[in-house]
Amino acid sequence: MQRGLLAGADLDSYVEERVITTKFDKAVAWARGNAMWPATFGLACCAIEMMSMVSARYDSARYGAEVFRASPRQADMLILSGRVSIKMVPVIRRIYDQMLEPKWVIAMGACSSSGGMFANYAVVQGADKFLPVDIYIPGCPPRPEALMYGVLKLRNKILGDPDLGWRDEYRAHGTEEDERASKPGGIPVERAGTAPSDGRLVGEAEPTPEQLASEAGLLDEAERAVSERAAVVGAQRAEHDEWEGRDA
Amino acid sequence: MPDAPGLELIAAEINARHPDAVLGTTYDHGQAALIIGPSSVRDTLLHLKEAPGQEYDFLASLHAADYLPRTPRFAVHYELLNMARVERLRVKCVIEDPGEERLPETESVTDIFPTAEFQEREAYDFFGIVFRGHPDLRRILMPEDYIGWPQRRDFPVGGDPVIFTNTEDEVPGWTR
Repeated sequence: MQRGLLAGADLDSYVEERVITTKFDKAVAWARGNAMWPATFGLACCAIEMMSMVSARYDSARYGAEVFRASPRQADMLILSGRVSIKMVPVIRRIYDQMLEPKWVIAMGACSSSGGMFANYAVVQGADKFLPVDIYIPGCPPRPEALMYGVLKLRNKILGDPDLGWRDEYRAHGTEEDERASKPGGIPVERAGTAPSDGRLVGEAEPTPEQLASEAGLLDEAERAVSERAAVVGAQRAEHDEWEGRDA
Repeated sequence: MPDAPGLELIAAEINARHPDAVLGTTYDHGQAALIIGPSSVRDTLLHLKEAPGQEYDFLASLHAADYLPRTPRFAVHYELLNMARVERLRVKCVIEDPGEERLPETESVTDIFPTAEFQEREAYDFFGIVFRGHPDLRRILMPEDYIGWPQRRDFPVGGDPVIFTNTEDEVPGWTR
């Protein structure tokens, strides 16, 4: 569009129709939640159902979870699809440690959730004994629909359902690789998962009066800037109307 | 498959060459088995493999068993096969339980049947049966730092108690 084709209220409404403003955290969570690439990692029979999740019949590409990455460095999500034998534990833990933050784990099926029917000497009774697990999917094995339901649950969690944050569940705040909650200026990655109404992390210390005062001061300043800007815009708009009227 | 008289002939033939090698025979469900002790494993299997008229030259399987509370407690089973005659013969090597402190011992047959190497490792892994003369006797399926012999009958089954909502009061402290 050429400059000068629209002006004034028309330009304002044009821009309003085409530009969305949002919080940065929300935009990041939206991007993360709609592109959860799983690691190519199958443990047992559940992996067959996991494979069919990406087939044309079920097509998890609809949720952005179809790109099985062969490297944990490129994967966001680890689907534990089968029983976890104790000999496999170091391998799984290593793959999990190689994945980059933010990362999520789905325990698919009864075996990786609780040991399932394998209550014996060779199988770990639940993968959450050595990994933080975000989503547990029941079933033996779960159908691909159930797995996709779990993926959607995880997506809702990433998008900010406060009831599903594993860092709250495992009291694991401050364990992120690089973005420590205590680090000044760091974006707390789990905020999208917990999303408290005041923007503070669950488990964080209560704000001091000074912090509250400075936040109130910032808010006043922002409101003053907005009203000043509104005054300027109003003056410009009046000037413009006057100019248009003179032209007609 | 040797029939019951054929089995007795085989036992007599082995005992003639190696006195007191065969402790007994069983013939159940059309399956013939020789019962031997650990000291005569090598003599018996070598004879069955190479003596003219026997030539059971294929070891189809080697596995261990725990017969607790029977004595002798342990056994190593050798499933032999003559592929020309399609005849199978089972050899059971029975081993006494040496007690808590020591492991049951028998002889390795890896030089007679090379396929026995991994299967003897498996028997060692799960039952703690030591095969003297094995070139590389260590665990094969369980982690190398695993403690215990998990397929023995006195080994705990493992697993966690399963908590249901109707039994949650019986296990205090499982919720946060």
